[in-house]
Amino acid sequence: MRSMDSLPRKIFLVCNTVFLLVAALVCIAPFINLLAVSFSDKVAVAAGEVTFFPVGFTLVSYEFITNTSKFFVSLMISIKRTLIGVPFNLLLIILTAYPLSKSRRDFSARSIFSWFFVVTILFNAGLIPTYMVVRNTGLIDSIWALILPGAVPVFSMLVVMNFMRSLPKELLEAAYIDGAGHVQTLLRVVLPVSAPTIATVTLFAFVDHWNSWFDGMIYMNRIENYPLQTYLQTVVVNPEEFIRNNTDLSGNLSKYLSMVSARTTGAAQMFLAMVPILLVYPYLQKYFTTGLVMGSVKE
Amino acid sequence: MFAARKDKMLRELPLYIMLIPAVVLVFIYSYGAMAGVVIAFQKFIPAKGMFGDQQWVGWKNFQTLFSMPNIWPVIRNTVVIAFFKLIGGVIVPVTFALLLNEIRNLFTKRIFQTMVYLPHFLSWVILSGILINLLSPSEGLVNIFMTKLGIEPIFFLGNANAFPATMIVTDIWKNFGFGSVIYLAALTSIDPSLYEAAVIDGANRWRQTWHITLPGISAFVVLMTVLGLANILNGGFDQIYNMYSPVVYSTGDILDTFVFRLGIEQAQYSLSTAAGLFKSGVSLVFIVVSYYLADKFTGYRVF
Repeated sequence: MRSMDSLPRKIFLVCNTVFLLVAALVCIAPFINLLAVSFSDKVAVAAGEVTFFPVGFTLVSYEFITNTSKFFVSLMISIKRTLIGVPFNLLLIILTAYPLSKSRRDFSARSIFSWFFVVTILFNAGLIPTYMVVRNTGLIDSIWALILPGAVPVFSMLVVMNFMRSLPKELLEAAYIDGAGHVQTLLRVVLPVSAPTIATVTLFAFVDHWNSWFDGMIYMNRIENYPLQTYLQTVVVNPEEFIRNNTDLSGNLSKYLSMVSARTTGAAQMFLAMVPILLVYPYLQKYFTTGLVMGSVKE
Repeated sequence: MFAARKDKMLRELPLYIMLIPAVVLVFIYSYGAMAGVVIAFQKFIPAKGMFGDQQWVGWKNFQTLFSMPNIWPVIRNTVVIAFFKLIGGVIVPVTFALLLNEIRNLFTKRIFQTMVYLPHFLSWVILSGILINLLSPSEGLVNIFMTKLGIEPIFFLGNANAFPATMIVTDIWKNFGFGSVIYLAALTSIDPSLYEAAVIDGANRWRQTWHITLPGISAFVVLMTVLGLANILNGGFDQIYNMYSPVVYSTGDILDTFVFRLGIEQAQYSLSTAAGLFKSGVSLVFIVVSYYLADKFTGYRVF
């Protein structure tokens, strides 16, 4: 086929590839720079010499972080909220999507419950009322403040529900004739075929939990309860404070002080916080393409 | 008749039980909070409790809110930033999808996609940390690069004229890759026989794009634009809060940051709730209208 392309077409294809390559590089260049900064000497960083390769390669920023407790305390909180929060989201998504995917004939209260959930995406109560409810339910400074208020991701639930509705009727009828109840139909028939969609919403639940910072900031009074992104936010907004706060913690930190800067330690921490996302999303790429489109757009 | 009904109830019982946990949680945290918007009509004193014996003041908080000198600039900033994010957030992904669709090598295509999706999955906390450094007027690589090209350095985050554009461009940068997913899916679902027929009819590439490709994705372009209208009062709190500063409030302060400062930093609970309720009320109209239009134009329904 390629040999049949005309000359203008060939020129277009080359220009197009170059253009897309530039666009793609623009999307990842900042992260390569971040990585290079985290491994560079602070003087070179301050002089603006570091672009895509470390200058004066050093691990000192990472050593500094491993010797400070705050990063790891908040990392543990984030891991905890993700490990509890994501399965919690999934369980509630599935338990809600399945009944609502039934036709009105099979589940007479379907419309009422659908509207019950959809109203929450139509109307947002706002910051203060939400905060007050979380406070009144006694969740301030508790890990559950990061899990319960957003326990039912309604958009993801609708995506899964729409997928389940699109399943062939014969499949469910066959299960019904075989004497399977709702629970068995859900576990044995519906869930296995919904795997791509479930994978998609799992990815979104994971990314949401890993990236959330605002809830940590308003619901946690004590800094040791901050999840990673909330803690990082304080580092980003006030970079010098991280260095200052950690100077008087222990003796072995002071030796690093002349070697690290807010830029290099900040870069190291941000890069470490990116790692779980970097590991997960490329593998789920094929799922979110199919899962998202099939779920959101009905013919 | 009665037995049949009982039988039906019994058959549906597991469905009700499945719904209980989600209904309870949504009732408490979403509907409970919705009931809490009454704070906007009270002289709210937190010590008396959320639904305690508060003093009712009618629309007074709204009057105070709309007599504040910065409320109108805040609304204008919100709409301007959200509007350009919406427009750019459709045009750039569509263009990108069209160009990527011309790449025939699947491996190259996949690599490009993986690269452009990345920023979408990272938080604005991390992206802001990176951008603050990259865009800094003295040490930032962007300005160093521009200086080498002979362009005057720009204080992207500290200049009120440059700030909104910076927010719009960086938001499009974060999301265009992922935004192209839906168009790429639409492009691959176009029937290849249409192109074959067009080639036989002597249509060149441009005519094929114009008469087959664009009509093939136009429904999705309309859909995403219309659904985007629902966000016309969402300027992007996470992004702006992490990058703005008082020097750019005049053009960069949006409703959500305004509500946050009023409520959390200044503890003006009633005023902040009133501002939030104003936003939610107007948004509700936009969301309903956008869903209605989406259904009308493209047959899209949320459920």
